[in-house]
Amino acid sequence: MQGQERQETDADTDIALLAERYGGARGLLSILQDIQAEYNYLPRPLLGKVAAELELDLSHIYRLATFFKALSVKPRGKHLIRVCLGTACYLRGGPQLVESIRHAIGVRPGETTSDTLFTLETVNCLGACALAPVLMVDDRYYRQVTPDRVGRILDAYREGVSDSNAGD
Amino acid sequence: MPGTRIETLPQLAALQHDLQRARSRWTRTVLICGGTGCRAAGSAELGPVFEREIANAGLGEQVNVRYTGCHGFCERGALVVIAPERVWYQGVRLEDVSEIVSETLLHDRPVDRLLYREPMTGETKVLERDVGFYARQMRVALRYNGEVDPADIEDYLSLGGYGALAHVFEAMTPEQVIEEIKRSGLRGRGGGGFPTGRKWETCRDAQGHLKYVVCNGDEGDPGAFMDRSILEGNPHGVLEGMLIGSYAIGASQGFVYVRYEYPLALENTARAMDQAREYGLLGDNILGSGHSFDVEIVRGGGAFVCGESTALMASIEGGVGEPRSKYVHTVESGLWERPTNLNNVETWANVPVIIERGADWFASVGTESSKGTKVFSVVGKVKNTGLVEVPMGMTLHELVYDVCGGVAGDRELKAIQTGGPSGGCIPAELLHLPIDYEHLTEAGSMMGSGGMIVMDDRTCMVELARYFTSFLADESCGKCTPCREGLHQMLQVLNGITQGRGKDGDIELLEDLAELLTWGALCGLGTTAANPVLSTLRYFRPEYDAHIHEKKCPAGVCRELVTYRVDPEACTGCHLCARNCPEDAIKGEPKKPHEILTDRCVKCGICFGVCKFDAVIVE
Repeated sequence: MQGQERQETDADTDIALLAERYGGARGLLSILQDIQAEYNYLPRPLLGKVAAELELDLSHIYRLATFFKALSVKPRGKHLIRVCLGTACYLRGGPQLVESIRHAIGVRPGETTSDTLFTLETVNCLGACALAPVLMVDDRYYRQVTPDRVGRILDAYREGVSDSNAGD
Repeated sequence: MPGTRIETLPQLAALQHDLQRARSRWTRTVLICGGTGCRAAGSAELGPVFEREIANAGLGEQVNVRYTGCHGFCERGALVVIAPERVWYQGVRLEDVSEIVSETLLHDRPVDRLLYREPMTGETKVLERDVGFYARQMRVALRYNGEVDPADIEDYLSLGGYGALAHVFEAMTPEQVIEEIKRSGLRGRGGGGFPTGRKWETCRDAQGHLKYVVCNGDEGDPGAFMDRSILEGNPHGVLEGMLIGSYAIGASQGFVYVRYEYPLALENTARAMDQAREYGLLGDNILGSGHSFDVEIVRGGGAFVCGESTALMASIEGGVGEPRSKYVHTVESGLWERPTNLNNVETWANVPVIIERGADWFASVGTESSKGTKVFSVVGKVKNTGLVEVPMGMTLHELVYDVCGGVAGDRELKAIQTGGPSGGCIPAELLHLPIDYEHLTEAGSMMGSGGMIVMDDRTCMVELARYFTSFLADESCGKCTPCREGLHQMLQVLNGITQGRGKDGDIELLEDLAELLTWGALCGLGTTAANPVLSTLRYFRPEYDAHIHEKKCPAGVCRELVTYRVDPEACTGCHLCARNCPEDAIKGEPKKPHEILTDRCVKCGICFGVCKFDAVIVE
């Protein structure tokens, strides 16, 4: 999913098809999640199309898009780093992981690096408490991560990019 | 696929029989844990290698390799079990596969280095049932986790799956099903503890032709992952429970609401639904019974408040996940103002087992008021982290020490936090308490969804209360003022206390705000939000006092109240701490004792965590 995000300029997503699949306005959250999966965030022009298709106010779409943490109206980086700060991870060093990632890539949670390679986020619980402290990069879990491993984990994604710009 | 649809009850029985017979040709089964935890430990690569090695050994016809759901002992992943004996291997890597095949499968010999050693006694255990972590468990909701391949409905069918549904269609009226569930004493496993049978009855009796059942898989409590594991490992068990419930209630449509943070649970549940539809177990006139029912899956949006039933329903309807006042219950007016029965994943998973084994059997397990078993995720500073299912009434002490091996590093147990952010902390002196709904509530905590976080003497209880309050302030939907503003104010006070700005009157202010939340908030998130603060005040008041009056954190956790230094005797000059320090606050020549520059140190604790020689000291 990550790394294959498309540009909003080629926003030709068939909103009508999505609306049909999810039963119209009641499927708004699912529709937005599918758009997010495709573009990595919710491009503004598409939200306008969704509003028109579902005959909803754009403000309602934005209300939903900003209420749920799974959705982002800001573009995100090629790779999404999620550090779990659920109770188990919190006790076993999750906050220290956030610090060392901040040190390694120079952005705070919620921010994207200037080269748009990484977005750093914290999550409430990934439900992988036995692996605490856990972090995810895109769809991959890293278990019992210590601060000294952070650099190595992220380097692999940096190198992946230099090999090929097409994807990871 | 044409021809797979099961039209009648005898057809189902015949298919179950055929599948069971086809499987009996396997003398051995290699059960690889495919849960999220073991996948992170590389279990996904093991399957193909097992298959290749087994074929090379000429055992391809007799030995079956299967991915199952979570086995529970996630800390020891990747886990592999060799059935039927159930030889239990932990920490299995690719390079171990050929030895397991040549030793265990060909020569019936265990591979010693992959066996489990009990942390308390050092004893080696060969079989799963002898491993302390499993020995005292009783698996009901988790019975097929570690047994069936969740991606294959035929696996579930071969074990008699959907047989409880068939029995209900054949021999029970909806009223009898409700009576059976009531008699079993099953109570809601999501936290509320409301009697399930009574809920079903109210929904059945409610006015209206169209009714809904909902499975709440929006497991938001940090530290709890049983619903994820059940949906990942045995989605058909949950679907069968919902089917039975829909028949009893008279509902024709169901929804499964799953957190988007659980990709594997979403995938496995969606696949199970497709397969059930293909086999005629969802849809019109199921098994010729005249009952029609189908299920839709809804991905959560990452909002903790959606675990609350009215917020969850608002979210399914396409709105923002905000709760409403419950003067009319959702069983009478829920989704689209129609009667809606919502149960948690684990509750649904219990239903087929109750029908299969009978209400009397279920009611014989547990305590007077809390029947059956409960799944707990025991995490934090504990040796055997994982998912355990035990009979209600087991004491906290037994759970932590006998099942989970005690506190990590043999440190002193300080408290157990139960019930997630709505729950509270139970101090070490109350470890003798039996685990049931009433005892945990009396102790100022709650059962909640079953998260248990073990804390040792290096946990600051004020900081923990601050953590939960911060979590809840962040997750408050903002609809009602007591929750939105009250939590924010509590957080301000707690931030002050943990940062050395505590003052007289802070505790009284916290207590006032707690009362405001408890009595004034709109939904369960707000009314229980003060529990972490109230329970830590109740049992750990001296720690609050030390922060406020002496500006000290006895556990050495709160940054502003501690300092870090290097013990020159213990420091070897390995430079690991300096390399990891985000602020370049550690200086020192290689192989000589290092020094922490206090003016640059932000007290993040990374040096303390990475030091292999205990040379970083917190005071």
